[in-house]
Amino acid sequence: MTLIRRNLAGALVLGIPFLWIALFMLLPYGIIVTYSFWIKTYPTFKPAFQFGNYLTLFTDPQYLQVMLRTLKIALLVSLCSFLLAYPFAFYLVFRCKSAALRTWLYMAVIAPLWVSYLLRAYVWKTILGTEGILNSFLMSVGIIDQPSDIFLYNQFAMVVTLTYIFIPFMVMPIYTALEKIPHNLTEASADLGMGPWRSFWHVTLPLSLPGVAAGFTLTFCLSFGDFVAPFLVGGPDGNLMANVIATQFGAALNWPLGSALAIVMLVVVLSIVSMSDRLERKGAAGGV
Amino acid sequence: MANRNPNLISRYGADTAFMTFVAALMAFLYVPIWVLIAFSFNSSRSLTWPLSGFTFEWYEKLWHNGDLLTAIGNSFYVASGATVLTLVVGVPAALALHKFHFPGKVIFRRMILLPITLPGIVTGISMLNMFRLFGFQLSLETVILGHATALLGVVVTQVFARLQRLPKSLEEAAFDLGAGPWRSFIDITLPNIRSAIIGAGLLSFVLSFDEIPVTFFLTGRDNTLPMYIYSTLRRGVTPEINAVGSLIVLMSLVLIIVSVIATRDRTK
Repeated sequence: MTLIRRNLAGALVLGIPFLWIALFMLLPYGIIVTYSFWIKTYPTFKPAFQFGNYLTLFTDPQYLQVMLRTLKIALLVSLCSFLLAYPFAFYLVFRCKSAALRTWLYMAVIAPLWVSYLLRAYVWKTILGTEGILNSFLMSVGIIDQPSDIFLYNQFAMVVTLTYIFIPFMVMPIYTALEKIPHNLTEASADLGMGPWRSFWHVTLPLSLPGVAAGFTLTFCLSFGDFVAPFLVGGPDGNLMANVIATQFGAALNWPLGSALAIVMLVVVLSIVSMSDRLERKGAAGGV
Repeated sequence: MANRNPNLISRYGADTAFMTFVAALMAFLYVPIWVLIAFSFNSSRSLTWPLSGFTFEWYEKLWHNGDLLTAIGNSFYVASGATVLTLVVGVPAALALHKFHFPGKVIFRRMILLPITLPGIVTGISMLNMFRLFGFQLSLETVILGHATALLGVVVTQVFARLQRLPKSLEEAAFDLGAGPWRSFIDITLPNIRSAIIGAGLLSFVLSFDEIPVTFFLTGRDNTLPMYIYSTLRRGVTPEINAVGSLIVLMSLVLIIVSVIATRDRTK
């Protein structure tokens, strides 16, 4: 467009974000990519170009285990969020008769996003702990007679907490996708003699897949990189990748290895985002 | 006989099942928040059922906690700074995506939106390394730069979505009437995207106020409120945190209401 060449406004509109991206995203990422090839020589690091750090990550069982655990937790969180979010969004769009109730329920699921993320994680620590509310409640009603430690400091607690935190990110895109499905499509399939299950399976579900993909992308990536929930409710063998990265830049003082792990995380997120982008474009869903 | 209208019965059954499910989901989402609030008024120090008595003690203690008050002040400073910066960068970015075609637009778009899905820890440590490399002192200002970067995607998505919905004819009319790009932006585009900008600003403020992963790596000696709570939690849970938490819930509620009112389209 000639507009850009012609005036300062255009230059500013493009220039400011470009400069910002270059300075605060590309440059920092470039630096950690560089560090990820360096060698740790106690107590500092020396520049090098070798793949030793990456090799360590994928061969040392200690790191491999953390990466697999992170993958497992993130998948479980996405799955649980999906199982809760889909029927909810479906109810709102297709079954809920009152528009006001629909708005209120939708807002009720989104509203927790505005309430501190840390608090929403912390409250589960107070609920699930051995000295916590769930245990004392179960004891006071006589279901158990002494506090149980099965609720906190394990992967179950992490999945519950992360699902609780990230479920709005699953509801929003699924709701949007379901809302876009013209009602006459499902009516048509009913007229053609399809039962509710079959028309759900053949019409509604396929049409809502772009929303499901977007929801999975968000919840997976966000729980994949979380390090607060593991710290609060994960317990001794609940460390996820982000906790290990934090340790490498803190106590363990191994920046090259920490950088390599961060790059692995970046690559995983980037590939999931582009996969879901492709899926969404196939579904021809709009949006940014 | 009962099966005379199986459709109606199964429909009724399905509705009941859906209602139960929705009620259970609401309980899952809101019981924890009520628990937090209830225990902030509980007189016992231990967080166990049943509640032992009513007290304002934990709230009173907050007023005398200097570290906490400083942390709250810091959080307001950081969130305001980050919101302003992210709007200054994000609104032009949304305009650029909406208006211009330029080489590398796809990558530009993906880069700007990346921090929405990119875990904060990656933004945090990569910027930490850069600041260290260039010899910057870590401070609340470096936290502001980090937050502005992490929140860019939120602002761009919201403002861009609004721009897409604006009819092109408005701006064309302004050009035809001889308005330059600045005039048509100030007089035509800006008023139309104002509520989206306010909404994005409020959301950025809340998210920055609450941010941990980026802050964790980029802050120097100063604590923000979530960092203060985070470090207190290392020593275990206390009713004071429930009191701070309940106040945060209250503040969030106020902000949600403000944002619903402020972002309501007047044209509709």
